[in-house]
Amino acid sequence: MTRTLYDKLVDAHRVCDLPDGGMLVYVDFHIMNEYTSPQAFSGLDSKALAVRRPEAHLAVIDHVNATRSQEPHDAASKLLIDNLEANCTRHGIAFYGLGDRRQGIEHVVVPEQGLVAPGMLIACGDSHTTTYGAFGALGFGIGTSEVEHVLASQTLRYKRLKTMLVEVDGHLPPGATAKDIIMKVINVVGAGGANGFAVEFAGSAIREQNMPGRMTICNMAVELGARAALIAADAKAYRAAAGRAHSDMLHFDTEAWVSEPDAEFDQVFRIDAGDIAPLVSWGTSPDQSVPIDGAVPFATPDMPPGAKAALTRALEYMGLEQGQPAQSIHIDSAFIGSCTNSRIEDLRAAADILRGRKVAQGVGAIVVPGSALTRMQAEAEGLDRVFIEAGFDWRPESGCSMCLAMNDDIARDGERVASSTNRNFEGRQGRGARTHLMSPAMVAAAAIAGHLADVRAFQQEIS
Amino acid sequence: MPGTVTGLAAPLALTNVDTDVIMPKRFLITISREGLADGAFADLRFDDTGNIRPDFILNRAPWSDATILVVGDNFGCGSSREHAVWGMRQLGIDACIGTGFAGIFYDNARKNGLALPVVSAEARDAFLQLAGSENGVGFSVDIRDRTIRAGEMTIPFSMDDATRYALIHGADDTRDTLAYADAIQAYEDGLADGMRVSVIK
Ligand code: SF4
Repeated sequence: MTRTLYDKLVDAHRVCDLPDGGMLVYVDFHIMNEYTSPQAFSGLDSKALAVRRPEAHLAVIDHVNATRSQEPHDAASKLLIDNLEANCTRHGIAFYGLGDRRQGIEHVVVPEQGLVAPGMLIACGDSHTTTYGAFGALGFGIGTSEVEHVLASQTLRYKRLKTMLVEVDGHLPPGATAKDIIMKVINVVGAGGANGFAVEFAGSAIREQNMPGRMTICNMAVELGARAALIAADAKAYRAAAGRAHSDMLHFDTEAWVSEPDAEFDQVFRIDAGDIAPLVSWGTSPDQSVPIDGAVPFATPDMPPGAKAALTRALEYMGLEQGQPAQSIHIDSAFIGSCTNSRIEDLRAAADILRGRKVAQGVGAIVVPGSALTRMQAEAEGLDRVFIEAGFDWRPESGCSMCLAMNDDIARDGERVASSTNRNFEGRQGRGARTHLMSPAMVAAAAIAGHLADVRAFQQEIS
Repeated sequence: MPGTVTGLAAPLALTNVDTDVIMPKRFLITISREGLADGAFADLRFDDTGNIRPDFILNRAPWSDATILVVGDNFGCGSSREHAVWGMRQLGIDACIGTGFAGIFYDNARKNGLALPVVSAEARDAFLQLAGSENGVGFSVDIRDRTIRAGEMTIPFSMDDATRYALIHGADDTRDTLAYADAIQAYEDGLADGMRVSVIK
């Protein structure tokens, strides 16, 4: 029986089968944040249960904290932050809180600390846990009841997913990035097109990506509905996992974490990397995107009524017209951050566009590095000066910030944001806020131009 | 749950309804599971000043009494927040009929007794239309025989065995799993040293 990488990972973590048709899988490592864990701890308390292996969990503050200072911006967020710290202290769980140099967005912190290695199973009460697939590890998001379940048992109840292969061959044209690969895949497969699937990304364009690029791709695969995203573990993955604080203790190389050559997938998509241009989202679902030199689509007569209604509603919410050129869309603000695109490589790519240029009049621009260590690295490279001189607000603290606007970085009603984040849902960055997703370099280009802009024009000028 | 959910069904045809829409983030600043009924679909139910939006289906008679929703594709996508399901349950929703649900939302629903029967696009469209008929229509979702009965229609739905079992028996997964402590211990005993994560504090 030839197996996919996904099958190997599930088999390696199967504890036992359950009479209800599912199985128990073992969770090697579990991460918590301050907003999806409180009720899990109170659940344990009400059942008088203990944490089975406190050392296998990590808690990080990232979702609600302010990024201007370490002071919580209001009493409610302080309550969540203090609550998580108290729960961790009580149960003996590692806690990276504000002021800790290891703090940051959970999915940036974990690889940075070497807490992911090929062959692991990682769970977290956050949908973007798919990120760890970049290392050939099985990462997936869970709800709060499941957080309680992992704390108590170090396992999860699991149903095997169907498998999908997305093969991206060829070479990316200039200007296109990992963000554009995944946005293109979402555009082709559809938001929800991978519901019930574990998706493996393969092909030369994926192998060519560095680890941050692979993390961007696996991170955003959840916008396909994928419950897990995977990339075969190669030398790059093992190198990236090595030499970090925790790497010495992590040796999961019990087998080659790759799909066997003739493994079969339930569904296969093939995409030519040469066809991928820098993309921007125009709508309120991540699959509603167009190339930057394209235009907002028209409703077509053959569209099913549901799709037509979705398009009309998205256009209305976004304040856009059918057929409007993407580059005619003016922005009010620019945001560089989030677990999708706030690593040092992302900041460098944006800074390359910003160097010697200024943010357009009237555009408010913010950059929130993905972790405290990322910020320090950027400052050591002088990137903070580049952002500040261009007119960006360089935030001293790290967190999710305006990716979901649970802190005080909230876009106003109708405010239009060029954003390096992952979700353009209605209200995601603030009630009535209008989000356009794109790569960090494209956000920089838009900030300078004052409207959605083609990063390639800026890159030509540089070279 | 007795094995059957009955009640008035409301049509909610929007596609890709994400958990930010089901439970806006301002309701997430809480350490409790309770008090989330007002948050459920808040931006659809209320305007900026907190007034009821009279045109939204759950604000209109008779659908304000609905206990079942018929929903668009990919309902529950986005963030993992279980608050979305808690809020729907507290609003009195017992079942949601759709063509497919995002995975984390699906699992969260099972943990909280929210039934998510999956039907074909044709059946869902027919249910949407039926649910929207004047005066409303009562639906019956039979979890045991995996069938929805509404008006003249009798349509089978799919639901995996584990979810069906949990909905009928009201399982507490955490406690039930602890019955397998020996198997978990055996698995752990088999782990090599480099396979036991110990996070540096
Ligand atoms: S950065 Fe955004 S997507 Fe990532 S964990 Fe934070 S809120 Fe979620």
